[in-house]
Amino acid sequence: MGFFHQHRGLTPYLLLAPGLLWLGVFFLVPLGFLAYQSLQSGSIDFGYAFTWSWGNYWNAIKNYHGHFVRSFEYAGIATVVALVVSYPVAYWIAFRGGRWKNLLLLGIVAPFFVTYLIRTLAWETILADHGFVVNTLRDLHLVSANGRILATSTAVIAGITYNFLPFMALPLYVSIEQIDVRLIEAAEDLYASKLHAFLRVTLPLSLPGIVAGTLLTFIPAAGDFINAQLLGSTQNHMIGNVIQSKFLELTDYPAAASMSFVLMAAIVASVLLYARAVGTEQLTG
Amino acid sequence: MSAVAVDAKRPPQSLFSTAWAFVKRNVLTVYSLLFFGYLLLPIGIVIAFSFNNPTGRFNYVWQGFTWNNWRYWDGVPGIRSAIFLSLEIGFIASLIATVLGTSIALALVRYGFRGRGTTNILVFLPLSTPEIVLGASLLTLFLNISFVTFGFWTILIAHVMFCISFAVVTVKARLVGFDRHLEEAAMDLGANEWATFRKVTLPLIAPAILAALLLCFAISIDDFVVTYFNAGTRVTFPLFVWGAARVGAPAQVNVMGTAIFVVALSLMLLNVLLQRRRESQVRT
Repeated sequence: MGFFHQHRGLTPYLLLAPGLLWLGVFFLVPLGFLAYQSLQSGSIDFGYAFTWSWGNYWNAIKNYHGHFVRSFEYAGIATVVALVVSYPVAYWIAFRGGRWKNLLLLGIVAPFFVTYLIRTLAWETILADHGFVVNTLRDLHLVSANGRILATSTAVIAGITYNFLPFMALPLYVSIEQIDVRLIEAAEDLYASKLHAFLRVTLPLSLPGIVAGTLLTFIPAAGDFINAQLLGSTQNHMIGNVIQSKFLELTDYPAAASMSFVLMAAIVASVLLYARAVGTEQLTG
Repeated sequence: MSAVAVDAKRPPQSLFSTAWAFVKRNVLTVYSLLFFGYLLLPIGIVIAFSFNNPTGRFNYVWQGFTWNNWRYWDGVPGIRSAIFLSLEIGFIASLIATVLGTSIALALVRYGFRGRGTTNILVFLPLSTPEIVLGASLLTLFLNISFVTFGFWTILIAHVMFCISFAVVTVKARLVGFDRHLEEAAMDLGANEWATFRKVTLPLIAPAILAALLLCFAISIDDFVVTYFNAGTRVTFPLFVWGAARVGAPAQVNVMGTAIFVVALSLMLLNVLLQRRRESQVRT
């Protein structure tokens, strides 16, 4: 232990080294390999060779732009729905939760305690063709007599929304909880209507939570393929489904790798656009 | 809020306005309860269908109550080994990731050093990368190293990788709000750095370390995407569910889903209760 005493400057690096090494070797280096793979050409039988084949990227966009667009559309809709649906609840827990706050938060994360695939399968049961939900909607003529919900984009978006809802609700709760209630009361004392006080005080002050929740929901949702696989049809497949099948079923590694990078680039681009729209300090702060 | 206190003293009004006031005051509560109903509905379905007595392979329609799925929880070929593999990976991966993550968190909060910004970014990046990219890139790494065979070790490496950042974030949150004077006092009283860490720091951050362990274990046992890319022919519990889902998942899948849910929920409830007791102790 005398060693630590004599080399105090070294201690942080010794603490960091094993963890950062792990992340470096098994997170950063693989991204490099993915880039390397994405510029290869050939086939699994004859082997792949590195040929700077930028055409992979062009093909990924040309052949699968529909899947990319659909992924971002589904993820975008699911994110907005999750925000609108969970904001009032986050507000309710933050301001009215009282001594039940922790228990209610536990209720919010409860779905995470059921394996992701199993809770998605549960939605398959709920939305099944002769299930309670579909029959009710048919009786109300909201769905045509032989219409279905399963294997439609509605089912996929609903599944994505449900599965990532806690990622939205928790950051919302954290930022609303930090709001000083006196500020809202002051606005109302100064004759702002309830709606005005909400729009001008509460909402702006909860913006960090909205930003964090949006990103935490949107990023995993855009890469998801489980909901599309279990709740949708091939018409609803997202880019994740294509990447997955190219990697694991068709073993077309260069195409799959280039698609992964296009997906990453598209996500980074949309995050940057979003950051510009809401102000960069919200992202880091 | 303030409106509630005022209402109680208000003189009685007409029935309609009282009713309206009630709805107005409680609309948020009613909505929130509906929301929780929606959130918990699939969980109820999972639990209910673990007691279903399905005819044939499909466990979609309620047929009748039975204990048999619970009694013969491993009655489906492959499910037993899948669960044990998941538990094994979960234990080892969460242990390694928590040790590595706690060290990073300590270094980040305790020490000034060059490269802090880069470290923060490196820790943050895996959290903001879609799982499919994490899984795919690790797969290409392993594919390009000739001596790697997919299986236990590749799954373990992958799980530690995506757990580290969660462990760092969890422990860091606790370390930031912690009184450094306690450590300084220990050092002033002649304890060296290691003794201070063992006797003062470690006991204080122990709850955060435990939380990180549990979180990592939960994430590991639930992971499908990254594992799917790196498992080779080994089958963890989520991979088993995926395979079973293609031909109709047996009720035993619901049994295990329910069991995992109950264990996780009990641990979290225990945590909430302990927290509440600690808070009431501080108050008195």
